[in-house]
Amino acid sequence: MGIIKIENVSFSYEDELVLENINLHVSTKDFLAIIGPNGGGKSTLLQLILGVLQPKSGTITLFGEKTDKKSMRVGYVPQNTNVNTHFPIKVLEVVMMGHTGSKRPFIGYGKDEIACAMSSLTQVGMEAFAQKKIGDLSGGERQRVMIARALCAHPTLLLLDEPTANIDAKGQKKIYELLKKLNEDITIVVISHDIAISLEYAKKVAYINKTLSFHDMSHLKRNKFFTQNEHFCEVELLSLVAKL
Amino acid sequence: MMDIFAYEFMQNALLAALLVSIAAGIIGSLIVVNRMVFLTGGIAHASYGGIGLAVYFGLPLFAGATLFSVLAALLIAYMTINERERTDTFIGLIWAVGMAIGIILVDLTPGYNVDLMSYLFGSLLAVSQADLYYMYALVALIIFIVTFWYRDILAVSYDTQYAKLRGIHVNFFYTLILVLAALCIVIAIKAVGLILVIALLSIPTYIAEQVSVSLQGMMLYAVCFASFFSITGLIFSYSFDLTSGASIILVASISFILFLSYKKFFA
Repeated sequence: MGIIKIENVSFSYEDELVLENINLHVSTKDFLAIIGPNGGGKSTLLQLILGVLQPKSGTITLFGEKTDKKSMRVGYVPQNTNVNTHFPIKVLEVVMMGHTGSKRPFIGYGKDEIACAMSSLTQVGMEAFAQKKIGDLSGGERQRVMIARALCAHPTLLLLDEPTANIDAKGQKKIYELLKKLNEDITIVVISHDIAISLEYAKKVAYINKTLSFHDMSHLKRNKFFTQNEHFCEVELLSLVAKL
Repeated sequence: MMDIFAYEFMQNALLAALLVSIAAGIIGSLIVVNRMVFLTGGIAHASYGGIGLAVYFGLPLFAGATLFSVLAALLIAYMTINERERTDTFIGLIWAVGMAIGIILVDLTPGYNVDLMSYLFGSLLAVSQADLYYMYALVALIIFIVTFWYRDILAVSYDTQYAKLRGIHVNFFYTLILVLAALCIVIAIKAVGLILVIALLSIPTYIAEQVSVSLQGMMLYAVCFASFFSITGLIFSYSFDLTSGASIILVASISFILFLSYKKFFA
């Protein structure tokens, strides 16, 4: 089934063409990595998929619907999770912001919201941190909380913008292991400039630099180009991808 | 020592100090976490225009100040909502223009020589029964609005971008917080004055932020700290015959320095 369908999409900021004639199809339980240079249009594409920006030409559909309606089936994890780290807010409260459905006015949360948030925290292995202040967590832990917040809406599609920026190598690995586990049920699209690690886990890869080139990774993986936990040369890989 | 509260003007001063502390604790928390302290500073100074307006047209002072500062808040919100990076310029503008309007209007008022100082630095001991009623009403309104929309305000304050994606009207809440700040300033005009209110909005809330794990907790702590500062300041001001607003702010800043030293050397 088609989750995301992008057809002939172009986008420009004022006079500057950022994305040109983009075509991309994402199917159920795909794990797509979007890579490319800074300023190449990765984040812009994500904003278009989220419906924050509207394409200048072409169409984008999510689950067969236009993106101008806010879809509750999409979970989004923003790029910078280190903003507002001094903010007095508990981990559980952050996660509950992702809860969809009716919410009551005044201070206080419903039992269903707390249960939903706790189960999302359990999914990412952060349930023990529920009552902690968000600022007391490490970058990697905070990133997991943001993933839990996105999961709280029970999404069928999870979009992540640079989920491992500002996280040490060990933490990065843990995030991708988590995404791999979530990918058993949820379609995942991740923007990343950590080419090595994102390609190790992604099933498909889209390289964006104004235009898009798409690669299915499955045969690369069959060729044993990737072996678990082994370092490989990114330059070598990129030249291989370019040849495809 | 409690006998100083036997006088009616001292009881009024005490009540006014507490009301200002409640407003400053709640709104100050919102302003500090949203980094709007100087936006509020701009509105506070601009509200002097409201005092000029009230004096010139013979309106009740609170009515003039409320009208003018809410308008200033709306104007600041409108100007900064899409151009956050130029915020400082607009603050400077509103700040000076509001004060200038106030001064000119007072100049134009025949035979009335308004005491500018009392509005800039407050005059707790001159708070009347009618002033108190107006302050009660504004504090009640602030508490109702903040608790009613608490969750949306929390979402917008913590992560504006995400709140927007969840379909929360972030511009509405940005404007609302500024309007609430304007109301808080109006309450503070008589107590600590337009200028000193900024310290009361930021010092108790900064300390509260360090010791809280939630926004509502921060508000509660900030109200307690602000009350402590204002009552202590009031007692000092009475005992040593000093300006009440300035005494309150000095008590707050000394506590602030003590808190920072404690944090640095013991925590």
